[in-house]
Amino acid sequence: MSLPTLAVWKFASCDGCQLTLLDCEDELLALAGRVRIASFTEASSEVLPGPYDVSLVEGSITTPADERRIREVREQSRVLVTIGACATSGGIQALRNFGDVAEFAASVYASPEFISTLGTSTPISAHVPVDFELRGCPIDRHQLLETLGAFLAGRKPDLPDTSVCTECKRRGLTCVTVADGTPCLGPVTHAGCGALCPAHNRGCFGCFGPMAKPNTAALLPILRTCGMDEAAVGRVFATFNAAAPDFAAVSRERRS
Amino acid sequence: MTARRLVVNAIARVEGEGALRLVVDDGRVHTAELNIYEPPRFFEALLRGRAWTEPPDITARICGICPVAYQTSACNALEAACGAELDGPLADLRRLLYCGEWISSHALHIHLLHAPDFLGYPDGIAMAAGHREAVERGLALKKTGNALLELIGGRAIHPVNVRVGGFYSVPSRADLAPMRERLLGALDQAREVVRWVSGFDFPDHEVGHDLLSAREPGRYPIDRGTVVTSTGAEFPAAEFPEHVVERQVPHSTALHASLDGRRYLTGPLARYSLNSALLGPVAREAAAEAGLGTECRNPFRSIVVRAVEVVYAVEEAIRLIDGYERPDRPAVEITPRAGTGHGVSEAPRGLLYHRYTLDEAGLVTAAAIVPPTSQNQAAIEDDLCRLAGTRLDLGDDALALFCERVIRNHDPCISCATHFLDLTVIRR
Ligand code: SF4
Ligand code: SF4
Ligand code: SF4
Repeated sequence: MSLPTLAVWKFASCDGCQLTLLDCEDELLALAGRVRIASFTEASSEVLPGPYDVSLVEGSITTPADERRIREVREQSRVLVTIGACATSGGIQALRNFGDVAEFAASVYASPEFISTLGTSTPISAHVPVDFELRGCPIDRHQLLETLGAFLAGRKPDLPDTSVCTECKRRGLTCVTVADGTPCLGPVTHAGCGALCPAHNRGCFGCFGPMAKPNTAALLPILRTCGMDEAAVGRVFATFNAAAPDFAAVSRERRS
Repeated sequence: MTARRLVVNAIARVEGEGALRLVVDDGRVHTAELNIYEPPRFFEALLRGRAWTEPPDITARICGICPVAYQTSACNALEAACGAELDGPLADLRRLLYCGEWISSHALHIHLLHAPDFLGYPDGIAMAAGHREAVERGLALKKTGNALLELIGGRAIHPVNVRVGGFYSVPSRADLAPMRERLLGALDQAREVVRWVSGFDFPDHEVGHDLLSAREPGRYPIDRGTVVTSTGAEFPAAEFPEHVVERQVPHSTALHASLDGRRYLTGPLARYSLNSALLGPVAREAAAEAGLGTECRNPFRSIVVRAVEVVYAVEEAIRLIDGYERPDRPAVEITPRAGTGHGVSEAPRGLLYHRYTLDEAGLVTAAAIVPPTSQNQAAIEDDLCRLAGTRLDLGDDALALFCERVIRNHDPCISCATHFLDLTVIRR
C-alpha cells in the first residue's frame, strides 16, 4: 500500500510555520514513516510530482506570480490546509493593505521599478477554496500534529475555536488584566497557544487572530481602563492578523 | 562552442526563495547572479509609526529560523536609542536565550539541511535511513536548543517573553536547574557531532573575502558587541552605516552590501576566523580535534565550524546558568526619547544590524535592517563563479547540485530578504 503524500508550500512568510513541522523532533521520523513527504523545499531537494493527498500552505499572496501558483497548488491537492497567520489572514505583511505600497517600495528600494508586488497581502482563502485553517503566528506544534493526523485519517481536526481566556483559566493562571491592569487581547483571540503570554506575565497581543465571533466592543473599554490610548488600541489590533476582518475593523476606526 | 540552458527548480534546503543564473563564456564562468525572489515584505516601511516597544515582536517575523537574532538586535538598537543597557543577570539571560537559538538553528542546518550534501541524500529524513543515530542525535540537540528557547523565551519560534529592556518574566535558579542537566548531556552530543562532520570529504577551496563579525571583550561574540573586520577595522554599531553600504541590484529583492567598497563575508567562517581565541575550553579542544586552525576559510568546512559553535553555545549556556542569580526586576526601566539607536548581534548566519529613529513620543520614524544574507550575497556569487568554474565538465544536473551545495555552505536565509532556486546556465 502506498503512503499518503504530504506537500508543504511557501508563499510570503517567515518560514516559521513550516519550521514547526521540523520542530516536532520526537514525531518527525515517525511521521516520515507514515506519510510520503512529496514536496517540502525547506527540508528536501527531492520533489515528487502531484497530485498530493495533503498540502500545507504557509504564507500570503503578495505577487502576481503567487496568485497563479496557489491555483496550481490547489489543483494538485486533495486537501489544502493553511498554516499560520500569513496564510490565514494575510500576516504582518498585510499592513500594506492599509498603506501605499508604491511608497513602501520607494522607501525600501532605490529602484522600486524592479520590484514586482501586489498592493495587498491576502490570505489563501481569498484565492482558492481552503479545507482547514490553522491559526497562529507561528502555529502550535500540538495543533499541527492533530490537524495532520486528522486529515491523514480522513476526519476533521478537533481543535477549539474559543478564546485564549479559556486556556488561561484551564491552566489556572492569574489574569494579568485583573491582577495588574495589563491590557490583554485574550478575550477576543483564538485559542491554540495555551495562553503563553499570560503565563509569562504579559498580555496577549492576538497572534492567533480573532476567535469565532469575538466581542471586541466589550473589550475596548477594558483596554482603555488599562491605559491604552486610541492609537495604541489601533496598533495592537494591527499586527500579525491585521487584515482579519474582526481585527481590521477595530484598527481601521483608529486610523487617521 | 555549445550553448546550453540549464534550469533546476527550487534550491532546496535554504530558507526562502531564490534562483541562480550562470553565464559561461568560453569555458569560464562569466557571471553568477543569485536571484533572491522572496516576495518583498517591506518591514522597514511598516515599522514606521509603531511604538518603541514593538520592533522586537514585529521584526521576529522576518525569519522563523532566527527570531531571537531579530529580537536581540532590535532591543540593542532601541536600548541604545533610549540610553539604556542591560547588565548582570538580565544580560546573561539574553545571551542564554540566544545560545538556545544557536544550538537549535545550527543543529537544524547541520543535520537536516547541510549534511545530506556530503552524504548524498536529498534530505535529513532520507539520510536517517543510513545514518539514523546521527539524525536522532541532531534532532535531540535541536530539541535541547528549543527547550532552552521555550524556557527563557516562552516559545521556540517567535518568543513572547522578550522586550526592550529585558523580559516580561524571569526564571528562578531552580527553574534553570533541570536545563543544566540536559545541557551536560547535550555537550557530549555536540562533541560527537563535531567528530562526525569533521570526517566528511571537503572539496579544497579557500575564499579571500574580507571578513566581518561582532566582537565582545573576552568572549565569543553572540548577543552584542562592536564590529571588527579582517582588515583590522573595529567600530561601534553606530558607525556600521559608514562602512557598510547596501545597493539594489536588478536581479534580486535582497540588497547587496559592501564593506568599505569591498565584497565581504559574515557568518560562521568570519566569526570563527576573527574570534577563535575567544572560544571556551571545550569548544577550542573540539575545534583542534577537528583539525580547524585558528582560521577557517573553506566554505565547505562551515559545517565543522557550526558544529564547534554548537559546542560553544552549550558550554556557554552551562556557564551562564551556573552564574545566574534571579534579578530583582524582569526588565530595566526605559524612558523613550527622541534619537537614533544602532544595534548588532550575531545571528547564526552572521551579523545582523538594526537602526531605529524615535520621536519624542517614542514612535519609530525610520528603521533600517541589514540581514546577513544581503551582506553575504556578493561573496556567495563570487564563490559560485570560482567554484562552478572548476566543475564545468560536470553534466547539467550534477553542476546544478554542486552550485546548490556552494550556496548551502552559507546557509542563506532567503526569507530574511525571502525557497526556490532556478538555475539557468547559459553556455556560450
Ligand atoms: S504566520 Fe507568522 S510564523 Fe507563520 S510564516 Fe507567517 S510570520 Fe512566520
Ligand atoms: S490574562 Fe488575558 S487571556 Fe488570561 S484570563 Fe486574563 S484577559 Fe483572558
Ligand atoms: S497569548 Fe496571545 S499573543 Fe501570546 S502567544 Fe498566545 S495568542 Fe499569541
